[in-house]
Amino acid sequence: MARLIGGVGSSHVPAIGNAIEQKLQGEPYWKPFFKGYEPVWQWMEEKKPDVAILVYNDHGLNFFLDAMPTFAIGAAAEYQNADEGWGLKPLDPFKGDPDFSWHLIDSLVHDEFDITMCQEMQVDHGFTVPMSLMWPQQALREQVKVIPLCVNVVQYPFPTARRCLRLGEAIGRAVASYEEDLDVVILGTGGLSHQLDGERAGHINREFDMEFLGRLKDDPEWLLQFSNYDLADKVGSQGVEMIMWLIMRGALGDNIRELSRNYHIPISNTAAGVVLFEALTP
Amino acid sequence: MQSLKGKKTIPGTIIFDGHQAVKGYQLNKMCFSFNEAKNREAFVKDEDAYCDRYGLTDDQRAAVRERDVLKLLNLGGNIYYLAKLTGIFGLNMQDIGAQQAGVTLEEFRAKLLAAGEK
Repeated sequence: MARLIGGVGSSHVPAIGNAIEQKLQGEPYWKPFFKGYEPVWQWMEEKKPDVAILVYNDHGLNFFLDAMPTFAIGAAAEYQNADEGWGLKPLDPFKGDPDFSWHLIDSLVHDEFDITMCQEMQVDHGFTVPMSLMWPQQALREQVKVIPLCVNVVQYPFPTARRCLRLGEAIGRAVASYEEDLDVVILGTGGLSHQLDGERAGHINREFDMEFLGRLKDDPEWLLQFSNYDLADKVGSQGVEMIMWLIMRGALGDNIRELSRNYHIPISNTAAGVVLFEALTP
Repeated sequence: MQSLKGKKTIPGTIIFDGHQAVKGYQLNKMCFSFNEAKNREAFVKDEDAYCDRYGLTDDQRAAVRERDVLKLLNLGGNIYYLAKLTGIFGLNMQDIGAQQAGVTLEEFRAKLLAAGEK
């Protein structure tokens, strides 16, 4: 049977992709950020997961406002990255696992989550930046099959934080019921506090981010008291992306331990966070 | 279209709801086309003709000409789509962050760095 062996929460801003492309990891600006990923690299190296479910949002590469799915899951054998218009070089394609994708979709729809199924799906920096962060070399990325799960956090109404947490729980059940012998990780990406638009551009809320990170392991439901509108007020219009971390957290269940955590301000206009959870065997 | 009806406004923030998405549909559609290099080139060659092709309003066209991100947001632009437009002008997220906040790029960066030192 497939097993969820752990999860990572991580930011996904394009500037990170740029820093990797230009090999700036050792620069003073970037060092404290990338250092936070060392435990993740070690863990991935040691555990060698077979499949990564990657929760992210599209920023106008694959989906346009003509049809905006709340939750979309890829069911392709391969996912292409492409030009997003402002200069980040596209990465090589990512290998999918269509059989597992369809199992996930079947299970989630049966569990009353209405999923948009995508046999063709381009993945943008929201997907590729976390992939490069988890597996910095192409040779490492090739060893992991991927299932992209795209969440609408672009055009209101977004799914609620509660819905995201519950979707995560349903993903946990779906993985546990898959017959193949696979080690699976789930990545919840985006956030933490940041705002790109309006006069308040550059808004950051350290206090809220710290509280969120501090409660994520033992009290993820804490975030559910906030509507997405409240969250935009507190953590910025793009900070709301942190609800995607709840999908990761929900999938893991409560028998977990936190192996590492890092928080760094700023990366571009963003407060960047990374957390690594490991599932404990019952 | 009324998902945010009755909500108090968040200072300095435009929430991209149904109302804004309807207002900015053509503008965002034009920006979406800039994923392709040939469309960026066509825009650079003749901005007005390109805006025409997507049926932008006069206000939207003026805001494009002025490279005024706040105006474009108010006219229904979404920041992720607008980034594809401002990228053509050589402006990244920090450049347009500073422009919207009404400060220099140095001031904008310094404020973010200061937030990290608290």
